[in-house]
Amino acid sequence: MKKIGIIAMRELGSFFNTWMGYVIVAAALIIDGILFNAYAVTSEPKLSAEVLADFFYFASGLSMVAGIFLAMRLLAEEKQNGTIVLFYTSPVTERQIVYGKFLSAVIFSLVLHAASLYMPALIMVHGKISVGHVAAGYICLSLLGATTIAFTLLASCLAPNQLVAAVGGAFLTVFFLTLWLLSGVVDAPFKDLFGWLSIHNSHFTPFSNGIISLKDVVFYFGMIFFFLECSVRALESRRCQG
Amino acid sequence: MSLISAQHLSKFYGDYAAIEGVSFSIEEGEIVGLLGLNGAGKSTILKILGSFLLPSGGDASISGFSVEHDAEKVRSLIGYLPDTPPLYDEMRVIPYLRYVAKLKNVPDARVEERVADVIQKTNLEDVAWVQLGELSHGFRQRVGIAQALVHDPKVLILDEPINGLDPVQIVEMRDLILSLRGRHTVILSSHILSEITKTCDRILIIDQGKLVAEGNEADLENKFAKNMRVNLEVKGGQGLEASLKSLAGVKSTKTHPVQNGMTRIEIECEGDLRSEIASKVIASGASLYELGRDGDGLEAVFMKLVKTSEGKAQRGAGNKEIGGDL
Repeated sequence: MKKIGIIAMRELGSFFNTWMGYVIVAAALIIDGILFNAYAVTSEPKLSAEVLADFFYFASGLSMVAGIFLAMRLLAEEKQNGTIVLFYTSPVTERQIVYGKFLSAVIFSLVLHAASLYMPALIMVHGKISVGHVAAGYICLSLLGATTIAFTLLASCLAPNQLVAAVGGAFLTVFFLTLWLLSGVVDAPFKDLFGWLSIHNSHFTPFSNGIISLKDVVFYFGMIFFFLECSVRALESRRCQG
Repeated sequence: MSLISAQHLSKFYGDYAAIEGVSFSIEEGEIVGLLGLNGAGKSTILKILGSFLLPSGGDASISGFSVEHDAEKVRSLIGYLPDTPPLYDEMRVIPYLRYVAKLKNVPDARVEERVADVIQKTNLEDVAWVQLGELSHGFRQRVGIAQALVHDPKVLILDEPINGLDPVQIVEMRDLILSLRGRHTVILSSHILSEITKTCDRILIIDQGKLVAEGNEADLENKFAKNMRVNLEVKGGQGLEASLKSLAGVKSTKTHPVQNGMTRIEIECEGDLRSEIASKVIASGASLYELGRDGDGLEAVFMKLVKTSEGKAQRGAGNKEIGGDL
């Protein structure tokens, strides 16, 4: 656990010591703000809870995109720069490397989400929403972001560079995002399976409406764990190839 | 028991053997050099010893721990400098070394002490707070050595440590490696023969993935360099050439006049006859200005060993296709 923390802290430092982290935060906040003004806050009368649900809907997309950008470099950059050798020749397990890297990106994405809190705060000032609704939405944004990070981290383990890692992460994200579309055109049992595997549709809606759904929390944790363990295996197999 | 032991190590990429049947042992405190042409398999051997590349066959151990099965233990015993130092350009030297120390199990209470020690050993005081991305190649190489030393490992593995260094930096790196003698067991690779002979107690010559010879410089010369060319520069000395030709073991002599009345004599002989030749020169009454071996004896041995294999050029091309410094 200590090694995971050491790896995560260094990685987190690199987000703040380079332009990368600031650019991601700035871009996400600007786009979030524009979408909030353009779609969530409209001239039509709306309940505050509906405005908040719309905000979470747009923020979920940004959370996934930010997750891809945050995770694409995690291991691909280490391979590109040759710094991965430091891990391979230190008493560190592949699991510690993967979980340390993952933790750093998740913490950074939490910072990103925290920076967007002013928007729900504005709704709270001008309307009536519950703190629970805000909390449920942010829990889901965090879980969705972490899931995308786990997808892209696997791609980053396998890809030779950051660009390929980003494309791989985006492919996995879009695939699991659009599975619900596929579920509409296939018969049972695939219909239910594809619908259940889709990371946004049915799993996201309860949270955006202010409900913390335990089964959906378990689903996101399951997806994250599965893809992180795939990354561990991918890194372990690198030892055979050099 | 030897500190480092490799038994029948092999590494295959498909049908291509990067190394095959390599066995050697290294005692505690030795500085051993792997000498070979580019693509000979030196880096593959070091990567296997560093426990981040699994061998296809055979096994290697450090302090009795298998590089394949006890990787974590082996990694705590070694310091490794790859051909490109693993540096994070956005970090500064001291925070980077602190990070590596923690990663390599140095207790928190000893981190500062260890970092200060390696900074002093590698002469990094002047750049201790400089960003790694701003360092010159020589300093980056020193930081690379510092990260390998920070946890005070038993074994130091250095892959081409003088690659790309200028002559002054090469001398500094050589002194640094020599200063580690006795406290650490060092195994380093290079394709620069003169450096290997200056820093290493023992040399392992690798060619086409195989260990073709091992020993110290004298051993290798005695074993493989049967002929030696001795160069003389003398003035005067009646009948010297005939006298030299009469020496047992001298195969041929060639005389060339040079400036100021001096004569240059090249003597091809079997074995090292320098002492006998010097005696003959003195006995002839000639003034001796120079007596030396032609070139490096080990260089001749090395060239002989690596040139005996056929298809060298094809092999070089094959290595590039596989895509890395093997």
